Amino acid sequence: MHELAITQAVVDAVVGQLGDARATAVHLRIGRVSGVETDAVRFCFDLVAAGTPVAGARLEIEEPTGTGTCDACGAEFAVEDLLLGCPCGSLDVHVTGGDELLVTAVEVA
Amino acid sequence: MCGTCGCGEDDGPRFTRLDRPPQPHAHEHPRGHRHEHVHEQGHPHPHPHERDLGGADGAGGPHLVRLEQQVLGRNDALAARNRADFAARGLVVVNLMSSPGSGKTTLLERTVREVGRPVVVVEGDQETVVDAERIRAAGVPVVQVNTGSGCHLDAAMLQRGVAELDPPDGTLVVVENVGNLVCPALFDLGETRRVVVMSVPEGDDKPGKYPHMFRTADLVLVNKVDLLPYVTFDLPACVAQLRRLRPDVTVLAVSATRGDGMADWLAWLGRAADPTGNVTRTSIDSPAPTGV
Repeated sequence: MHELAITQAVVDAVVGQLGDARATAVHLRIGRVSGVETDAVRFCFDLVAAGTPVAGARLEIEEPTGTGTCDACGAEFAVEDLLLGCPCGSLDVHVTGGDELLVTAVEVA
Repeated sequence: MCGTCGCGEDDGPRFTRLDRPPQPHAHEHPRGHRHEHVHEQGHPHPHPHERDLGGADGAGGPHLVRLEQQVLGRNDALAARNRADFAARGLVVVNLMSSPGSGKTTLLERTVREVGRPVVVVEGDQETVVDAERIRAAGVPVVQVNTGSGCHLDAAMLQRGVAELDPPDGTLVVVENVGNLVCPALFDLGETRRVVVMSVPEGDDKPGKYPHMFRTADLVLVNKVDLLPYVTFDLPACVAQLRRLRPDVTVLAVSATRGDGMADWLAWLGRAADPTGNVTRTSIDSPAPTGV
């Protein structure tokens, strides 16, 4: 389960920025086609945060939907999975959003 | 972690190099060195300013600190450093990924025997040195990385593994990642090329089921094609799925045991090893395998 390593990276990033300041909330942006399950991150978070200045912090996760664009016809469309294809029939498409994996902000006590 | 014999003193990965005898324990075991600390060495991520940390009015008290920091920024920065280091040394690093049992190690045994150039191998598995022993028997230097509970290799592990092997400039370094079609997809190692191996008994629907893995592949090897007469596997349908995940992916049908497609695979490796070459943007897909 790579979400354990992902969540560890979240906590490391926050502690690296804040030092000993106590975080009361951590805001993440995890896109729906990022390959990371938010439920698994939530499951891991308290475990990973225990004993750090992030322990007990609230986890706020923003989950933007996937978007894509067609390089053949220029159409933009929603992407629900990565088996991409444009309604015009072209497979020459790429993901333009929804694959983010960011710590956006931290609330500090 | 012991840098000489690879014994673990914490929960981190263990490194075992098989082509030299274990060293006596005359050395100190420094603590707390599981990962490189890139922050101090390269400042890969933005820092909040002091004013941000103190709140908008400069006073203490509850406040919001905006970070917009990549969660995997530390790994990505280490991977970038690996990539620059490998390029400077002329090392070509190929990251082999697949589910367990797709035939990576068998493919690798044959590859290191036939590739005709200096090669070393970094083996990743949760436990055992079984695969490293097989590669050593094939005649090339190898280091086994045991990740314990970890489900993937990361950039720090590859940096350490390559340091253990210390290959001469220009060597081909093949990394056999932990067998897993999910987790390794998200972790950049700093490799030169990413190769995913799938095998026909797994079914032709794997690319769609594990899209994150396949969408990052420069090359997909469809292995065990000698078994096509005995299993249901639609190669054109599989290739069509792969094209929807990555339109410019190269797909080669191979059999590591019978030898089908090995010449194409070795030729691809040769192009990957050409520092001036723009390897894979030209598809060189194998025709439907013959003799099946």
